[in-house]
Amino acid sequence: MTTLPDTTQPGQKKLGLVIDLDTCVGCQACAVSCKEWNTQGYSAPLTDLEPYGPDPAGAWLNRIHGYETGEGDNARGLHFPRSCLHCETPACVTVCPTGASYKRAEDGIVLVNPDTCIGCKLCSWACPYGAREYDQDDGVMKKCTLCVDRIYNENLEPEDRQPACVKACPTGARHFGDLGDENSDVSKLVKARGGFDLLPQMDYKPVNKYLPPRPRRDKAGGVKSTPLETVGKGDGSLAERVFSWIDEVLS
Amino acid sequence: MHPAYSVILFTTASGAGYGLLALLGLTGASHGSASDFWFGAVSMLVALGLITVGLLSSTFHLGHPERAWRAFSQWRSSWLSREGVLAVATYVPACLFGLLWVLPDSNETLLAVLGVMTAILAMVTVVCTAMIYASLETIRAWRHWMVVPVYVIFSIATGAVLLFALTSVFGRSGIPALGVITIVALVLAGIAKLVYWASIDNMKPIYTMGDATGLGGDVRQWELPHTSENYIQSEMGFRVARKHARKLRMIVAACLVAALVLVWAAFGFQGDAAPVFAVLAVLLVSIGAVVERWLFFAQAKHVVSLFYGEQSV
Amino acid sequence: MASEPTVDLNLKTWDEVKTTTCYMCACRCGIKVYLKDGTIKYIEGNRDHPVNKGVLCGKGSAGIMQQYSPARLTKPLMRVGPRGSGEFREVEWDEALRTATTWLSQVRSTDPKKLALFTGRDQSQALTGWWATQFGTPNFAAHGGFCSVNMAAAGLYTFGGSFWEFGEPDWDRTKYFLLFGVAEDHASNPIKTGLGKLKKNGAKIVSINPVKSGYSAIADEWVGIRPGTDGLFVGALVHQLLKAGKIDLDYLARYTNAGHLVIKDPGAEDDGLIARDRYGKILVLDAKSKKPVTLDKADQVALHGEVKLPGKAKRMGVPSFQFVAERYLSDEYSAEKAATHCGIEAATIERIAGELAHAAFEQAFELDIAWTDTHGNKHDKMTGRPVSMHAMRGISAHSNGFHTCRSIHILQILLGTIDVPGGFLYKPPFPKAAPPGLKPAGKVGEVNPLKPLPGPPLGFVAGPEDLLVNEDGSPRRIDKAYSWDAPIAAHGLMHTVITNAANKDPYGIDVLFMYMANMGWNSTMNTKGIMEHLTKIDEQTGDYVIPKFIYSDAYYSETVAYADLILPDTTYLERWDCISMLDRPISEPHGPADSIRQPVVEPDRDVRAFQTVMLDLGARLGLPGMVKEDMTPKYPGGYSDYIVNHERGPGIGPLAGFRGADGSKQGIGEVNPNQLDDYIKNGCFWKYDLPEHMRYYRMANKDYLEWAQGFGFNPNANQIMFNLYSETMQKFRQAARGHGDIVPPQVHRRRVEAFFDPVPMWYAPFEEAMTDAREFPMHAITQRPMAMYHSWGSQNAWLRQILGRNWLYMERGRAKKLALKDGDWVHVTSHHGRIKVQLKLMDGVNPDTVWTWNAIGKRSGAWNLDKNAPEAKKGFLLNHIISDLLPARGDGYRYSNSDPVTGQAAWYDLRVRIEKAGGAEMSEPQFEATKRPPGLFKAAMKIGSRALKGVRS
Repeated sequence: MTTLPDTTQPGQKKLGLVIDLDTCVGCQACAVSCKEWNTQGYSAPLTDLEPYGPDPAGAWLNRIHGYETGEGDNARGLHFPRSCLHCETPACVTVCPTGASYKRAEDGIVLVNPDTCIGCKLCSWACPYGAREYDQDDGVMKKCTLCVDRIYNENLEPEDRQPACVKACPTGARHFGDLGDENSDVSKLVKARGGFDLLPQMDYKPVNKYLPPRPRRDKAGGVKSTPLETVGKGDGSLAERVFSWIDEVLS
Repeated sequence: MHPAYSVILFTTASGAGYGLLALLGLTGASHGSASDFWFGAVSMLVALGLITVGLLSSTFHLGHPERAWRAFSQWRSSWLSREGVLAVATYVPACLFGLLWVLPDSNETLLAVLGVMTAILAMVTVVCTAMIYASLETIRAWRHWMVVPVYVIFSIATGAVLLFALTSVFGRSGIPALGVITIVALVLAGIAKLVYWASIDNMKPIYTMGDATGLGGDVRQWELPHTSENYIQSEMGFRVARKHARKLRMIVAACLVAALVLVWAAFGFQGDAAPVFAVLAVLLVSIGAVVERWLFFAQAKHVVSLFYGEQSV
Repeated sequence: MASEPTVDLNLKTWDEVKTTTCYMCACRCGIKVYLKDGTIKYIEGNRDHPVNKGVLCGKGSAGIMQQYSPARLTKPLMRVGPRGSGEFREVEWDEALRTATTWLSQVRSTDPKKLALFTGRDQSQALTGWWATQFGTPNFAAHGGFCSVNMAAAGLYTFGGSFWEFGEPDWDRTKYFLLFGVAEDHASNPIKTGLGKLKKNGAKIVSINPVKSGYSAIADEWVGIRPGTDGLFVGALVHQLLKAGKIDLDYLARYTNAGHLVIKDPGAEDDGLIARDRYGKILVLDAKSKKPVTLDKADQVALHGEVKLPGKAKRMGVPSFQFVAERYLSDEYSAEKAATHCGIEAATIERIAGELAHAAFEQAFELDIAWTDTHGNKHDKMTGRPVSMHAMRGISAHSNGFHTCRSIHILQILLGTIDVPGGFLYKPPFPKAAPPGLKPAGKVGEVNPLKPLPGPPLGFVAGPEDLLVNEDGSPRRIDKAYSWDAPIAAHGLMHTVITNAANKDPYGIDVLFMYMANMGWNSTMNTKGIMEHLTKIDEQTGDYVIPKFIYSDAYYSETVAYADLILPDTTYLERWDCISMLDRPISEPHGPADSIRQPVVEPDRDVRAFQTVMLDLGARLGLPGMVKEDMTPKYPGGYSDYIVNHERGPGIGPLAGFRGADGSKQGIGEVNPNQLDDYIKNGCFWKYDLPEHMRYYRMANKDYLEWAQGFGFNPNANQIMFNLYSETMQKFRQAARGHGDIVPPQVHRRRVEAFFDPVPMWYAPFEEAMTDAREFPMHAITQRPMAMYHSWGSQNAWLRQILGRNWLYMERGRAKKLALKDGDWVHVTSHHGRIKVQLKLMDGVNPDTVWTWNAIGKRSGAWNLDKNAPEAKKGFLLNHIISDLLPARGDGYRYSNSDPVTGQAAWYDLRVRIEKAGGAEMSEPQFEATKRPPGLFKAAMKIGSRALKGVRS
C-alpha cells in the first residue's frame, strides 16, 4: 500500500533507532552485522557483485561515513552511520507504483515487499537519505527492515529481540525503541541529549533521531582541576624543594 | 543523476510518439478521415510504435519486468502508477481512432470524439511522466515548475517534426498549419529549455552538508563509507563537468535550430528535396531530444549527494 | 485497498546454534554461530562471555566471508618453480608431513638451533613455545617483538602487569582516562564497551594520538602529539605532579621500591644496585634515626637523603626515589621544554596535570571492603583513585618505547592508581613478580642435538647472567634476542629472523618454519628486501641461503609464494583451540578466565589444524612429551586431546576450568576427560569471580596472593614490589661499564650504558636522530583500521568493500604550505626508499605527521583477488620504505631498527618527505602478480546467500 497508513489508532508504535554521534567510533559493527543478518534474514540475499574484483559492489543497508566539522582547535572528526530513518511521511512509500513499498500501521516500520517490487528504483530517488539500495541480482530494492524479523521473533531470547546493529554495537551508540511513546527510554534519551532529525526542512518526518556530539571539555574549566603550586621552601633546585616538602609531610 | 539509456529512450521515443499521436488525433478531429490510407496507417504505426518501443524499453529495464502489471495498482498515490494506467488507457481510443481514421466512411462525430480523447489522454500521459520527476523533492532541478511544460512542449515539437516528415514523405509538405505549428513548437521548445537552464544554473543552494548531517555549520567529507562505488553513488552521484555540459547544451540548441531551418526549407521548397530535409530534421530533433534528456538527468543533483561530499544542493 | 502483506515475524533460518571464540583479531570475543545444514548463517556476540558480553565488532560479524573465502588454501603444496613464482604441486598430507619430518629431524639431530620457528598471529603459543622447547631450538617467538613488546616488558619489569591482556581500567568507576597511541586494536570490544561506559558516566577521556580518528574522535580532549614524544609528555606531567607534591606518598612507601637504598659508590661493581644486608635483606633509610636499616626495622622510610653504608669509606646509600625525582624534576621535563618537542602547548600539559591531580586526589573515594596486606596489617577500607590509562602500539613501536612506557607506569604509580578501585586493574594471572621468574633457555650448553631445552625459549632476564650469549658476547639466537643487541627481548624479534638468516648473522639456519605471519609483505619492514632475502642464493651451495621454508596459514597470502612446503590450516570455525592462561589469557580484572574454540563447521577441503599438525610432527620426531614411552603418539586425538590431557605441571593444564575427574576443580586439578564438553556447555569459556576483598591491591593483598599461589599463577605469595628504579636495568649498565662476569663486547658498551638507565627517560627516536630533519621533515605512521585485522581482512568480500584501498592522510594546512591538494599523487621518500601513493587531506592530524591504514595495500594476485584490485593498484604499504636496519655506525655495524632494550621493531620512527609525483595514477612499487596456486580457482563473480555454498566457480 503506498498510501500512508492511518496512525491514529491506539496501541500503535513509532519504532526507530537513536544513533549517538558522540559515542560512535566508526567500527563498522552495525554495518557488517546488518549485512550478515540480512544475507539470511528478511532481505536475503544481499548480493555482492564482483566481490573479489577490481570494483566490488554489494547491497548494504547501513553505511558509516566520516565527517569533520569545525575549525582549528574546535575541529572534530566524527563517524556517522546512515540507514533508513523510517520516516512518518516518506515519499518512498507514496511514489511506489506497485505498493511493494509500504509503512506498517502497527509499528511504523517501512518495508519493501520483495515479492511484489518491480525494481523501478523510483523509491530510492525519492529518499533524501540514500536508504534504499538496488540489489542488481535480486532485481528488487533493499533497505533497513528495523530487523522486523528479529524484534518479535520468538525463536530468539527476549533480550535479543532487537535490531542486529543495536545488539552488535560495542560502544552502545545505537538505541532502539518506541519514539512515539514519550516515556520510553529512547524518547527520554532524545530529550535529554537534544536528538535531532536529518534534513527536517524536507518534511519527511524521520523517526530515527541522531544525538549530537557533546561539547569538548578540553579547555580550562572543562573539568575540575587542582591548582598546582610548587611545594617546599628554599632557593634550591626543584628536587631539593620537593624533598624538603616530603620531609615535612613525613615528620 | 545517472542517465539510464533505457529511460532516455523511453521518454524521448514515447514522448515523440505521444506528441505525434496527439497531433494525429487533432488532425482527425478537425480534418476527418486520413487523406491517404498508407499515410494514415504508417503515421499511426509510427506513433504507436514509438510509444510501444519506449514502454517496452522501460519495462525491460525493471528488476522484475514480469511483475510490471502490479504497477497499475497504486494510481492513488504514485505518478509512475498513474503513467502506467494512462499509457495503457491511451491505447484504447488511439487504436479505435486509428482504425476509424484510415478506414473510409467513418462516422465523423465518433472520429472527432476519439481523436480528441486520444489527444487528451496522450498529453495527460506525458504530463504524468513528467510529474514522476517533478514530484520528487529530493532533486531540486526536477522539482521545478518548468519540467512539465518542457516535457509537453518537447513531446509536441518532436511529434510535430515527425508528422511534418511523414506528410512530406507522402508528398504533402506544404500544409501551412502544420508547418507553423512545427516551427512554433521548436521555437518554444528552445526558449523553454534556455529559460530552464538559466533557472537551474542560478538556483541558490538551500540544503548543506550541515543540514544533511544535522551538525550544522561547515561540514567536510573525511572518510567514505566504502572505497568502491555503491548503488547510491552510481545512481545519484553522477556528475558532468560544467564545460562538457555547456557543449552538450549547445548541441541541443544547434539541433533545434537546424531542425527548424530544415523544416522551413522543406516547407519552402516543397520539391524532391523536401522529404529529405524533413527526415533530416527528424534525425536532428531526435538527437537534440536525446541529448536534452541526458542532460536533464546528468545535471540533476540529488540531496543524498550531501552525504557523499557535495557541499550544498 | 489491499491490506499490508504478512511478514514472517518468526523467521528461523537456522537449525542449530553453537558457541565458540572469534579469531578475527586478538581480542578473542565469545561468539554464537547460527548454522543450517552445516552452513554458517549468522555470527553474533555471546551475551554471557566475559570479554565482549554480547557485542561484536565489524570484523567478527564478517566471519562468514572469512570462512567462505576463495583465498583459502585447499591442500598441502610443494614448491616446484623458484621461490616467489607461485608454482606448486599439490601433495597429500602424508608426503607433506614426511618431508617436514625429514627436514626437521635432520636439524634436530645435528644442530637444533638451525630451526627457526616463528609464529605470527598465533593464539596457541602455549603449545608452539612448548613444542620448540621439546625440539630443542631456542629460536622461537611469536609476533610480540614486532607488535608491542615494549608495552608488555615495560609493565612487567615495573609492576608485574601491563596493558592489554595483563590489565585494564576499572571502567565502571574511573573518572579520568588517558589513552596513549591506541588505534582500534588491543583491545577491540573491551575498550569500546569501556568507552561507552565512560561516556555514560561522564568520565573524561583524553586521547594522546597524532590522529583524531576512531576512539580519538569521541574523546573529550585530543592531544595531537608528535610521534615518538609521548615519553616527554608523560615526563612533563610527572614533573608537574612532583613539583606540586601531588603524589601518593603512602602508596609509594607501601608498594614500591621508592625507599630502597641505592648504592652510590662510583667505580664499584655494585654501584647503582640496591643495598642489601649480609642476609640479602633490602636496606632503607630510616628518616627518624637516619640510619640504614632493613624494611621491617624502619620506623619511617625516607625518600631522599644520603647515608653511609657499611663497608668502604665512600660507600653511600641513596633512596631510589631521589634518582627518580631528580630526573623528572630536571628542566628537561619542564612543560616548556616538552611543549617545543611534542607540539603541545605548555598550558595544556599543566592543565592536564592539574586535572589528573584533581581526579586522583580530590575525587578519591573509599570502598567498605576489609582486606589484609602481605605484612599482616588489616585495613578496613580500600581507597580508590579514579584515574586510569591504556597504551598500545603508538607508544610501543618506537625505539624509545620501553622507557616511554615505563614513564607511563611511573605516572600511574605516583598517582597511586595501580590496582585500586577506579584505577588500572590487573587481570589474573597477573600480577606476577616484576619481572616474572621464568628465564629463557638457550645458553651455552643448553642447545644439544636430540635434546629438549631445559626451559622455555622465551622468558624474563634479570641480569646479564640470564642473557643468551656466547663466550665472546655474540648472540645465540637467530633474532639476537636476549643478546647485547636486545637484552630484554621478552617476546623475541620475529622481524629480524629472515634478514639475519640471509646474512648469516649471527649464523645461517636450515629450516625456517612460520605460521600465520605474512613476512613476505606487511608483517615486515623493508618488504622488498625481505623478498630478496628469501630468494637469495648461497654462492657456495647453489641453494637458497635459507634452504628450507615451511609455512602454515589458512589463506593464500603474499608469503605463500616464497615457501617450499605449505601446510594449509583450518579456519577458526573449523577447529579446536584453547585460549590458555599459560599463553595470553582473556581474564577480567575481577577474575581469571579462559576459553576454547570448537569446530562449528567441518572443513570442506584437505586442511588440518596447525596445532594438530604440530603434535603429529612432534610425535613423528619423537619429541619428549609428544610420544609415550613406546614412541607412539601421546596425543593421537590431536589438539583437542592435548588440550584436555596435557599437564605442564602437576594438575596444571592448558585450561584452568572444569578440572578434576568430575570437573569441579579449577586452577589445579586432575585431568577431566570431559573438560571440552564442560566448556561447551558453559558457552566455550570458563571464568571465576574473585571475592571482593581479593579484587584490589593485589600486589600486596595477602588473601589474593595466597590464592594465586594455590592456583598455580605464582611460585609464592610474596608482595609484588613496584620498581620505580629498575635494578635489572642497572645490572646491564654495570656490565657495560665492565663489571661482572658477563660483559658486552666493546662495540655494544656505549649503547648499553646509555640506554639501560634504571630510571626511565626520553630520547629522540633513532631514525629521527640519525637522519636529516630537513631532508625528512615529517613523521609517517600507520593505524590498524577498525574493520580489518592486518592483511587477513583483504579477502573478506564484505570488509574489502568498506576498505579496499588506502590513502596517505596529511593535515590540510601543511598540505597547503607544500602546495599539495586532496587527491594528488605523491612520492613518499625515506632514507631507505621511495613509494608513490595518493594523498587525502584532513584536519584532525598532527601537522608534522602523515598516516595511513596499515596492511590494506596488497600485492597483485595475492589473496585470490583480481590482478587489478584496488588493494594492489591504488593501495600501498609504508613498510617498503621502513628499513629493518638502522643507518650504519662508524664501524659499519647496523643495529636492527628496534628499541635498544627489548628489540621491539621501531616502525613508527619512520621519517619522510612528501613531494608531488607525476605519471600513472597507480601506487608504486608494483610487483609482478603472484600466480594462483593449485587448488584455488577464480573467485565468484557474485555472491549472495543462495550462492554462499558454491563460492568456488
